[in-house]
Amino acid sequence: MSIESLPILTSADFASDQDIRWCPGCGDYSILAQMKKVLPTLGIPREKTVFISGIGCSSRFPYYMNTYGMHSIHGRAPGFATGLKITNPDLSVWVITGDGDGLSIGGNHLMHAIRRNLDLNIILFNNRIYGLTKGQYSPTSPLGKITKSSPMGSIDNPLHPLSIAIGCEGAFVARSIDMNIKHLGQMLKRAAEHRGTSFVEVYQNCNVFNDGAYSWATDRESKADATIILEHGKPLIFGKDRNKGIRLNGMEPEVVELGKGVTEDDLLFHDEKSPEPSLAYLLSRMRHPEFPEPIGVFRAVDHPRYDDELNRQVEIAREKQGQGDLNKLFHSGETWSVSS
Amino acid sequence: MSTTTEGTSGSAKQVFTIEGATVRLAGDSGDGMQLAGMQFTNTSALAGNDIATFPDYPAEIRAPRGTLAGVSGFQLHFSSDDIFTPGDKLNALVAMNPAALKTNLADLEPNGILIVNVDAFDKKGLSLAHYEKNPLETGELDGYNLIKVNMTTLTRGAVKDLGLNVRVADRCRNFFAMGLLYWLYGRSTDVTLRFIDAKFGAKPDVAEANRRTLLAGRNYGETTEALPSSYHIDPAKLTPGTYRNMTGNQALAWGFMAAAECSGKELFLGSYPITPASDILHELSKFKNFGVRTFQAEDEIAAITSVIGAAFGGAMAITTSSGPGIALKGEAMGLAMILELPLLIINVQRGGPSTGLPTKTEQSDLLQAMFGRNGECPIPIVSACSPADCFDTAIEAWRIAVRFMTPVVVLSDGYIANGAEPWRIPDIDDLPKIKITHPTGDDADTFHPYSRDEHLARPWAIPGTPGLMHRIGGLEKQDITGDVCYDPDNHQHMTDLRAKKVANIADDIPLQDVNGPEKGDLLVLGWGGTFGACTTAVERCRAEGLSVAHAHLRYLNPFPANLAELMGRYKKVLIPELNMGQLRFLIRATFLVDAAGLNKVKGKPFAVSEIADEIKRLLA
Ligand SMILES: Cc1ncc(C[n+]2csc(CCOP(=O)(O)OP(=O)(O)O)c2C)c(N)n1
Ligand code: SF4
Ligand SMILES: [Mg+2]
Repeated sequence: MSIESLPILTSADFASDQDIRWCPGCGDYSILAQMKKVLPTLGIPREKTVFISGIGCSSRFPYYMNTYGMHSIHGRAPGFATGLKITNPDLSVWVITGDGDGLSIGGNHLMHAIRRNLDLNIILFNNRIYGLTKGQYSPTSPLGKITKSSPMGSIDNPLHPLSIAIGCEGAFVARSIDMNIKHLGQMLKRAAEHRGTSFVEVYQNCNVFNDGAYSWATDRESKADATIILEHGKPLIFGKDRNKGIRLNGMEPEVVELGKGVTEDDLLFHDEKSPEPSLAYLLSRMRHPEFPEPIGVFRAVDHPRYDDELNRQVEIAREKQGQGDLNKLFHSGETWSVSS
Repeated sequence: MSTTTEGTSGSAKQVFTIEGATVRLAGDSGDGMQLAGMQFTNTSALAGNDIATFPDYPAEIRAPRGTLAGVSGFQLHFSSDDIFTPGDKLNALVAMNPAALKTNLADLEPNGILIVNVDAFDKKGLSLAHYEKNPLETGELDGYNLIKVNMTTLTRGAVKDLGLNVRVADRCRNFFAMGLLYWLYGRSTDVTLRFIDAKFGAKPDVAEANRRTLLAGRNYGETTEALPSSYHIDPAKLTPGTYRNMTGNQALAWGFMAAAECSGKELFLGSYPITPASDILHELSKFKNFGVRTFQAEDEIAAITSVIGAAFGGAMAITTSSGPGIALKGEAMGLAMILELPLLIINVQRGGPSTGLPTKTEQSDLLQAMFGRNGECPIPIVSACSPADCFDTAIEAWRIAVRFMTPVVVLSDGYIANGAEPWRIPDIDDLPKIKITHPTGDDADTFHPYSRDEHLARPWAIPGTPGLMHRIGGLEKQDITGDVCYDPDNHQHMTDLRAKKVANIADDIPLQDVNGPEKGDLLVLGWGGTFGACTTAVERCRAEGLSVAHAHLRYLNPFPANLAELMGRYKKVLIPELNMGQLRFLIRATFLVDAAGLNKVKGKPFAVSEIADEIKRLLA
């Protein structure tokens, strides 16, 4: 079917008939809204789209999409997606996960999904808290975080989703923010269009258990100084007055002011296509408040995809050996006959 | 035993015709005993004998050489009669070193043939086996027909001019032992010579060395004065047809491929390696040209979740593992059950708990299969009873899974997985077709993901089908619509429905049959890999005039519909199991039948005599 002949779908066509049960004001609403906006632009029919999630507030997401979906078990969504994609390569498969779901109980599966690089889109809603279980610290909660299970402050050294994704050989790695709806929409679209595992971390506000975790990145006054938008081939410039930049000092990034002897050419230029992940990793280590935190596509390179490779092996085997014939197989090797 | 003077091998010595024999090859795990055993098996099968095998090897890949822990054995029972077990007592034992002698001698019958490699009985070998004195010299083996062979020396001699180093040359010793056994039991060397060509063809010197050693072993038998006669075994009277040798794991793998073909599906396997199930993964990985896709997952959880994903997508999806891996799959099995998707979970059982005895057999995961999940979570269970039976079990499990839209557990065990027996090759076109229908876009107006058919099965609508978009998940769902639903009465209703659906399978499976009198003093009720021992023990006791019958369960959940009535026809019920009484627990709880148990967990199958003795004790 060509794209022209497809019925024109709208955001409303992707809404299911289920009541949405997130808390009012939750950042998840905004991600859902952007997803419904982006999907009609992809030219993929609804029935070819599948959302698979684990368990958590974020993982309720598939129920709200009028596509195929599976709300699975805690942390394991990548496994379901892998089996589905291998056997149905023409489906567009999305994985929805949370910081607890994807990085705590499901860390192992996330790591392996990313390295295998099946054509999946993994969206991790990072609210730095366990929402559904009512407010315990998560693997992304900062040190010292006071929660129900850490009344004296968390002593669990946090990890950083994009550093993990890059460490796992992630070929498409991006970050956005729930409130930054335009940018979020762009990232979802880029993720969908990339062939291979696309990993997108979304900074998501849980206004009930971790309100304001990202206010520095969303408040009007602070966001221009606290975040930096990555654009391929462009220098890393940020700030309300766009007068600050990131320069490499040896192996370390540093914040510099433009002018006063520093020109744009002295700055670090973003290269999302670099075959070496070092730059992307360095960017993933830039943290508020020492640095503006990058949003955008950190890395977008083409790697072999497990699903393609496996199905290619099936084709090669068929070409070389011919379509399998069980009767022939049964009689291959040593057999003997018994007559009556 | 009848005698003739000309053997099949053209031997000048006397040849005795015997019904059959049980032979065990035992040596160090580096001595190639499993390979030798498999060759002897194939050769005997091709000679038309019925066969049953019992490979027994240590959990360590290479325990220190020569030690008791490193002994690996392969037992073969061949016969011109129908046989069901690898045999209780050995008629012949080949011991490649002192450790193998020490750990296996107890199983050799009095006056049995004992072939030892004397070269290995040096000071070091004896001390590794904790022998203070050389048993070949103390007279302690006088009760056996001891045949001392300088196997190492003779092997080195046979390959002398090939220029191989000593280690490579010594590795041919197992072929010498094979050659000797082939002479002793009148076997042709053809099968093994063909095997050598195929396996070592790329290394002509190694191929030649093995060839020479095999023939040297056979010629040694012909010339040595220690062996005055050899044996001949007539072909067994098997049902006419073409046969091949099959292990249980291979039969399962091929059965799944056949089930896929009979149902018009492509097979997907998600698995994580674990003994003794890995060979199913290895086998299926070979068949990409059949559309078989295997996925070696990062763990057992990923393996089963990938399978659930593939099942959602309409594939024939299966996962293979053993007890510890099944424990990890528990949560996902619960999800598969509430999603009501068809898939197979195969447990090739091994000794437990925990890591337990990885390479030894046991039947102690029945209650895990039955209950090992949270919530009310009934899952059908079928079990295989012999290596060849694994083929039919695989197909039957898939038939149930798709007809009732449910995960199904398939129980095998280490004994049938690695054991081999003749398998009569079916014609794939004669196997019954398994009908599967998927709703299409035309059904969009009436489609509900949790509506049900006459079997209470829900429709299997697969992603990609226009108009049938729906969401499934682990939360309780509303009857018919499948929407998330917390209503108390609905939860009760759905729980009842799911239980009823599984219970109804009893109406769709054959009634339980019995081997033996319709009623009587004792029913031996078994399941799984004890089939051969139960069958033989019961037949033996009946021949002695006892009133005893045997029923062997393939279906463990639900039980066949006539089981209660059947058990009621006997005064006593005996349940032999390689666990501490798991089927007995279910039978007592379900039917209030006061069954007796015969239980052991020693990593070994039952000897026929153990069951026969218990039958006699109960009927005394
Ligand atoms: C096996 C298992 N363990 C624990 C839970 C309880 N549980 C549900 S969601 C969750 C944490 C979710 O946190 P996150 O992934 O960050 O999602 P959020 O709710 O914040 O979106 C936990 C611990 C569960 N459902 N299953
Ligand atoms: S608890 Fe937090 S994450 Fe969950 S729905 Fe409410 S606001 Fe959103
Ligand atoms: Mg969270």
